[in-house]
Amino acid sequence: MSQVFHRSTNTLSRVSIFGGIFILGFLVWAWAELNASNYATRAKVPVNQPVPFSHEHHVGGLGIDCRYCHTSVENSSFAGIPPTKTCMNCHSQIWVNAPMLEPVRQSFRTDQSLHWIRVHDLPDYVYFNHSIHVAKGIGCTTCHGAIDRMPLTWQEASLQMSWCLDCHRHPEEYVRPRSEVFSVAYQPPPNHVEIGRNLVKEYHIQSLTSCSTCHR
Amino acid sequence: MKPRNSSTASLRVRYPKLRIRISIALLLACASLACRRDMQDQPKYIPLRGSDFFADGRSARPIPEGTVARGELRADKVFFTGKSGDQFVDQVPFPVTRQVLERGEERFNIYCTPCHGRLGNGLGMIVRRGFKRPPSYHTDRLRQKPIGYFYDIMTNGFGAMQDYSAQVAPRDRWAIAAYIRVLQYSQMASINDVPPDVRQELNSELSTRSAEPKR
Repeated sequence: MSQVFHRSTNTLSRVSIFGGIFILGFLVWAWAELNASNYATRAKVPVNQPVPFSHEHHVGGLGIDCRYCHTSVENSSFAGIPPTKTCMNCHSQIWVNAPMLEPVRQSFRTDQSLHWIRVHDLPDYVYFNHSIHVAKGIGCTTCHGAIDRMPLTWQEASLQMSWCLDCHRHPEEYVRPRSEVFSVAYQPPPNHVEIGRNLVKEYHIQSLTSCSTCHR
Repeated sequence: MKPRNSSTASLRVRYPKLRIRISIALLLACASLACRRDMQDQPKYIPLRGSDFFADGRSARPIPEGTVARGELRADKVFFTGKSGDQFVDQVPFPVTRQVLERGEERFNIYCTPCHGRLGNGLGMIVRRGFKRPPSYHTDRLRQKPIGYFYDIMTNGFGAMQDYSAQVAPRDRWAIAAYIRVLQYSQMASINDVPPDVRQELNSELSTRSAEPKR
């Protein structure tokens, strides 16, 4: 009786085992890459808003402090999106006829909220608190990036859990002096890890990596 | 003539639109597996999330008129209005410590400098961009105003200035008012007002600053 398989099948089967692992590996890698891509995480994608509000102009150009508008960032989990009234503090007097600002004026006249689109949309099973991060010396730009150079606001970080854990495991690499938290010009000095280690001690920063720190 | 693929043909006859049905079923299966975001977007209110339930679409409800939230009873009239009777008070209703002044400086620099400038001379960035220039604090008229006057303006606004009651808490408004006094003193002070032990520090600071290259 002749052989069912030709001799060359030996080589083919060896190659296909290798190929199977390789192709599977590639698929896993491609999936992981796609998952972490800016397309999936929506990082670095400017978000269109009802009014094209520019942080570049208001923060970089005019030097307005973050807390002028985001008033609750030091006391609350939520940094606060300013009510229309805050816009009108200045825009009752300047740019009063700009068509771009008509939605703001209309909102003020009619007492209907502006429908800002949330840029940082964390899943609802994650509990993030701004006030504790600010109080422990995590600067705004550490997570939000160079907000003073964003004509339209985008999400700078991936907001994936690995990104949160990077800092929760090694806070000394990211912490800055409390006096610099709201500074958009702050550049970490070359010995920032050394300074960071001292700040971690001084501010009693714990490396919280338990699941229930954020998922509760 | 017999069709080439008899089994497919007979399936087609028995189940017309079979292909469309299969693709829809596959699509639905994918959708139910991959596209549900119930955990990400739970039906609950987080700050400023919209609401279908209320006519104005706000989940954060305005406080009904005539109600007082727990801990927000404003019984201390002097503290919350800056007035005693009809008169502005001339004293901060709590002890002004160095911490209070530093808090005042910080809050002033956040909320007031855009128009009033760091020195309180009314030449802030927003004024340079066309906002009506507020008066400088360094006039006899404003130096003689009681401190409650400044608290009142922050609370209720004045002229082109909107009120800051929503942005600055009452205690911080007092701290800012106290810091405005600091600014007023600082712009009138001479070197003789500086305690001798700090004078040296001021001099060295001045000389290092003048040694810096002009920008």
